[in-house]
Amino acid sequence: MFIEVSFVALNMVEIAVLLKQVPDTNAKIAILGGRVDESAVTSWVTSPYDEYALEAALQHIEAAGGSITAITLGPDRADKVLKDAAALGVTKLVRIWGDGWEDLDSNQVQFALVDAVRASGAELVYCGKQSADRNQGSTGPGVAEMLGAACVVEVSEFDASSSSYVRPASSGSEKVTVSSPAVITFSKTESDLRRPNVRGIMMSKKAQIDLVSSDVGSSQVNFNGDSSPAEKPPGKTFQGSDCIPEVVGLLRDEAKVL
Amino acid sequence: MEITIIAETQENNLHSVTRQLVGAATSLGASPTILCANGIGADEAAGISGVGKVVSVNGDCFTTFDGGAWATAFDAAAGEGVIMGAATAQGRDVVSRIAARRGIPVVQDVVALSEGIKMTHPIYSGKAMQDVTVAGDCAMTLRANIFSAADDGGSAESSIVQQSGDVKIAVQEAIAKASERLDVTDADIIISGGRGMGGPENFDKLYSIADGLGAAVGASRAAVDAWDEIPHNMQVGQTGKTVNPSLYIAVGISGAIQHLAGMRTSKFIVAINKDPEAPIFKIADYGIVSTWEEALPVLASEIANLQ
Ligand SMILES: Cc1cc2nc3c(=O)[nH]c(=O)nc-3n(C[C@H](O)[C@H](O)[C@H](O)COP(=O)(O)OP(=O)(O)OC[C@H]3O[C@@H](n4cnc5c(N)ncnc54)[C@H](O)[C@@H]3O)c2cc1C
Ligand SMILES: Nc1ncnc2c1ncn2[C@@H]1O[C@H](COP(=O)(O)O)[C@@H](O)[C@H]1O
Repeated sequence: MFIEVSFVALNMVEIAVLLKQVPDTNAKIAILGGRVDESAVTSWVTSPYDEYALEAALQHIEAAGGSITAITLGPDRADKVLKDAAALGVTKLVRIWGDGWEDLDSNQVQFALVDAVRASGAELVYCGKQSADRNQGSTGPGVAEMLGAACVVEVSEFDASSSSYVRPASSGSEKVTVSSPAVITFSKTESDLRRPNVRGIMMSKKAQIDLVSSDVGSSQVNFNGDSSPAEKPPGKTFQGSDCIPEVVGLLRDEAKVL
Repeated sequence: MEITIIAETQENNLHSVTRQLVGAATSLGASPTILCANGIGADEAAGISGVGKVVSVNGDCFTTFDGGAWATAFDAAAGEGVIMGAATAQGRDVVSRIAARRGIPVVQDVVALSEGIKMTHPIYSGKAMQDVTVAGDCAMTLRANIFSAADDGGSAESSIVQQSGDVKIAVQEAIAKASERLDVTDADIIISGGRGMGGPENFDKLYSIADGLGAAVGASRAAVDAWDEIPHNMQVGQTGKTVNPSLYIAVGISGAIQHLAGMRTSKFIVAINKDPEAPIFKIADYGIVSTWEEALPVLASEIANLQ
C-alpha cells in the first residue's frame, strides 16, 4: 500500500492578534454619575470574538510556521488578556496605554494599534468583528485602511491549508483569499477554543509584557454620557395554550404586527 | 449640512434601510446625496422624497465586495460633511474605512440622531446607551428599522461617475445557503427556537408557522450548539446575529442575557415557555406560559385563520 504524502509549501507568517479586555458578558452594567461604572465590574475577560481570532491565529502558525504578537490597548488590568494568550503559547505580548486615555475615539484607538502592529512586523492582523463593550466593528477595517491593507470582515471559518477564509455573502457565504498585508475580523467560528495546560499557565506567569504608548492626538468626539436602556413596561402574561387565539387577536389589533 | 448616503442594496435593488437613512438625513435638515454602487437602485433612489442628488459610482471593483476598494471609490465620489451608511457588515466596513481615510470619527449602529451632531448608540450589547457629540465632519452607520423611512415623491437629478479601487480579495467559491429560507437579519417577523424545543426535528413546527407569516426562523446558541441541523447563521444573540424585527417570537428559550443582546430591541416580543419564572418573560410584551407542544398547533391554526 502506498501512502501519498503531499507537502504544501506554506510561508511562515507573522500575525498580530488584537485582544480587547471587556467585562464578562454576564456582568450587570451599572451607570454611576452618567457613565458606565467600570469599578463595579468584578470579572474581566477577553472579548468573545477576539478569542476566535486568537484561535485562528494559533491554527494558522501551527500549519504554516511563524509567530504571533498579542496586542491590547488598555489599563494595567488588561495584562490579563495577554497572560491568557501567553498560556496558549503566544510569546510576544504588547500592551499600549497612555495618560488620560479613558475616552479615546475610534481614530485614536486605531492609530495606537497601527503603531504597535507596524512595530511587530506582522503582515496579517487577526481581530474580532466587534468588541463586546463598544460594539462598533470599526477597528478592523479602520486599522486596515491606515495600514494600506485589505480587510475581510466577519469571517466564520479559516482553512490553514489553502489560507482561505469564509465570510458571509448575500447568497449564503463565500470562500475568499486575500493578498497580504491583510486584516481579518472574526465572527464566531466552528473551532473549539483551546484551554491552557498546566505548563502553559506556568509559562504565562513569567511572560514579559512590553508596555508602549503612542501619540494619538486629541479626540474629536465628545462623550456626553451613558444611560441605562429605557425600561420596558411589564408585559401581559397568559396561562396555557387556550389564550393563544386572544394573543393572536391582540397581535393583530393592538400591537398591529400581524 | 452636507450628508452623503452610501446606498445599501440587496440583490439588484435598493434595500429598504436606504429609505430610512434618507429619513434620518432629512430630519437633520439635509438634502442628502445618495451614492449607488454601479448604479444599483439609482432610479428608485432618485424618486425618494428629500433626496438632493443621486450619483451612480460605476467601477469594476463593485462586482465582488472588497471594503477597501469600495471605500476608495465612494470616498472619491463623496463630498465633505457626513458620511452615512447602514449598520450592516458591509456598511460598517466601508464607512469605517472612509472615516479612517479622512481622519474623521466614526460612530456605528446609531439609534437616535439629532442636530449638533448628537448620536446615541448601544454599548455592552444594549445593556447601556452612549450619547456622543461630534463637532465637525463624521461618519456613521444607522441601525435598521429605527428611523422612519422617507416616502416617494422626489425627483432628484442623477449623474454617473467612474471610480474604482484596488481589489485585493478574491472570491474562490460561493457556498450556497444551507436553506433558501429568509435570513433573520432580513426578516420583519422572526420565530426562534431554543433548547426547550427538545430536538431539531421539532423546528419543522417553527418553519411551517414562519412560512405562513413570511417570517424567518432563528435559534438560541444552546440549540445551535446541541444540534448540527441548526446552523450557526440562525443564531440570535451576542455571538450570533443582532436582529430588530417588528415581532420576535421566542419558543423554548430561557432568555439568557447573551440571547437578549441580539433581540432586545425588537418592537414586539412574544415568549412561549413552560416555566413561568423564565427570564424571557421579563422582556416579553406577551408571555404565554405553556409547552410548545400545546401552544404551537393552536398558534399555527390561528395564524392560518388570519389569512
Ligand atoms: C460568551 C457567550 C456568548 C453567548 N452567545 C449567545 C448567543 O449569541 N445567543 C444565545 O442564544 N446564547 C448565547 N450564549 C448562551 C447563553 O448564555 C445561554 O446558554 C443560551 O442562550 C441558552 O439557550 P436556551 O434558552 O435555548 O436554553 P436553556 O437555557 O436551556 O432554556 C431552555 C428553555 O426552554 C424551556 N422549555 C423546556 N421545555 C419546554 C417545552 N416543552 N415548551 C416550552 N418551553 C420549554 C425551559 O423552561 C427553558 O426556559 C452565550 C454565552 C456566552 C458565555
Ligand atoms: N483597546 C483594544 N485593544 C485591543 N484590541 C482592540 C481594542 N479595541 C478594539 N480592538 C479590536 O478590534 C475589534 C473590534 O472592536 P470595535 O471596533 O470596538 O468593535 C475587537 O474585537 C478587537 O479585536
